[in-house]
Amino acid sequence: MSENKKFVQGNEACIEGALYAGLDFYAGYPITPSTEIAEILSYRLPRIGGKFIQMEDEIASLCAIIGASLTGRKAMTATSGPGFSLMQEALGYAVMAEIPCVIVDVQRGGPSTGIPTHGSQGDINQARWGTHGDHAIIAMTASTHQDVFAVTVEAFNLAETYRTPVILLFDEVVGHMRERLVIPEPGVIPLVDRLRTSVKKGVDYHPYLPREDGRLPMSDFGGVHRYNVTGLFHDMWGFPSAEPRVVHGLLHHLVDKLENRTNLLARYKEYYLEDAEHLLVSYGSAARSARHVVEKRRLRGEKLGLLELQTLWPFPDTIVREKCAGAKSVIVVEQNMGQIFREVKLAVDEPQKVFLANRIDGVFITPVDIMNIFRIIQGKGV
Amino acid sequence: MAVKDYLRERFFPHMWCPGCGHGMVLNGMLQGIEKLGMSKNEIVMVSGIGCSARISGYVDFHTLHTIHGRALAFATGVKMSLPELNLIVPMGDGDALAIGGNHFIHAARRNIDITAIVMNNRIYGMTGGQFSPLSGPGIRATTAPFTNIDYSFDVVELAKAAGATFVARTTSYHVQQIADLIKKAILHEGFSVVEILSQCPTYFGRKNKAGDAVDMVRWFKNNTTSIGSKAKQENPDLIERGIFLQTERPEYCNEYDKIVETAMGGQR
Repeated sequence: MSENKKFVQGNEACIEGALYAGLDFYAGYPITPSTEIAEILSYRLPRIGGKFIQMEDEIASLCAIIGASLTGRKAMTATSGPGFSLMQEALGYAVMAEIPCVIVDVQRGGPSTGIPTHGSQGDINQARWGTHGDHAIIAMTASTHQDVFAVTVEAFNLAETYRTPVILLFDEVVGHMRERLVIPEPGVIPLVDRLRTSVKKGVDYHPYLPREDGRLPMSDFGGVHRYNVTGLFHDMWGFPSAEPRVVHGLLHHLVDKLENRTNLLARYKEYYLEDAEHLLVSYGSAARSARHVVEKRRLRGEKLGLLELQTLWPFPDTIVREKCAGAKSVIVVEQNMGQIFREVKLAVDEPQKVFLANRIDGVFITPVDIMNIFRIIQGKGV
Repeated sequence: MAVKDYLRERFFPHMWCPGCGHGMVLNGMLQGIEKLGMSKNEIVMVSGIGCSARISGYVDFHTLHTIHGRALAFATGVKMSLPELNLIVPMGDGDALAIGGNHFIHAARRNIDITAIVMNNRIYGMTGGQFSPLSGPGIRATTAPFTNIDYSFDVVELAKAAGATFVARTTSYHVQQIADLIKKAILHEGFSVVEILSQCPTYFGRKNKAGDAVDMVRWFKNNTTSIGSKAKQENPDLIERGIFLQTERPEYCNEYDKIVETAMGGQR
């Protein structure tokens, strides 16, 4: 067996992706079903000269990685629903101050303590709107360990490119399931390093003055440029401002830098879409069952297709509309009460042809579940 | 370097009320830092939310103005990442010990090399005069119209019990002592806490008929004394000033460096 092939949990695939991307700082707090990420990184990070710290809670964990990121590190934290709830204020800070970092939410059933050891996809809208105030966010997910690895690398790349927190919405099923992972050789997946300012020592550096391409070069804390970082609306110096022009301009910048690039940020996979009459839209662990259904039904000549979303936010509405255009029915398969279903209905031209196939009892949605719902939609009964 | 060279004049005028003690804390703090002769690039100031937290904007260091109560958590990330930097974390009483109380005790427990300054004016100033966990019983505030029944923390005792290895207290009247204590706190290797009693004439003063800023500062002069002084023995009600604790205990980042060394099998 070659060194680069592993039989691992999804949580470990996430770790491998993060380390491949250059993770060198982790702060976290134990919570099921994400804890393996903290446990394994407490061992792996010091072995490569990185840093691991177990904080007093999830609030402190996200705050600590924001601080570390400002010194130039690639930083990550991981949690599950209750901890993700605690992180919402600091998440807004990272959005406002434009601090690259990665937040992993291995979802479990909620609300509240919910059902800690069972899977769910109930945090999709919290990732989008959990922190207060208008803003934009990137949230991604994956259904296989190979893709968990790939989107984790991508999350770090996007965090650096757009100076934004990126949320990875995995779930208990993918997090704890074991399957094969092939780790690519270094260099196979391109990495985005921190864009640092070329402004010399002694010359004014404006931390919040975007370049022509919209990007904001950074300067590491502890380096030659001393500047202010704040969660208040701020001018190009990072100084607080209540000037209407500044407030308006900054909010637009924060939203537009991501929302205007929705198609560019969209990652998805398609299976048998070209002639699909009935199209399943799914993501994360649920997409595994959806894919199984599509492949089995194709063997019988039934024209089913699957659009597997990996970027959930910003929601790729144009792409979803185009892919769904020719389908007789669109069935959204997810493990919540319709969080992406609602987005798909808003995106397509004929919302009446969109149906929800879901399961919310803590049990992983099976291909049989999906087929039963599909038969009901078709008027065939179960 | 003159104290003026540590200020960001672009950021002035400051937003503190006339008579506020926080400017006197800023003065003493910069005098203390000036004596250290450090490069401004070696200093990171992290603050939370409140009147006190605005101090970070006025100084020409690397400055991180964060969210309410969490300054020490952000500072822990910066320090852990780059231990060679000097971290100074000024906080208000509510910021440090109400919403931020958990981070305060855990930073102390770790003995991470950060200097925490509690600018204690016993009131939430920025929101207009609510009682804080340092107000104490009998105090009037906008949320204690019939007087406060909440007992207060003793910052010194709390910091000592939580594991801080340098603990000191002074007041805004004693500017030279502020300079001296902050200098020593920064030089101390480990978690250091300096409580500075500061006056809020606008809210605490008015609500509690404590007079104007001058009266409140005079109160600090007349009601505090050096630790273990004869005056304290004669009048136990006096508040003690000075260094209550200065001790050695392994510092967190140093200990983590040893973990890295072990994990790397001496290959570093």
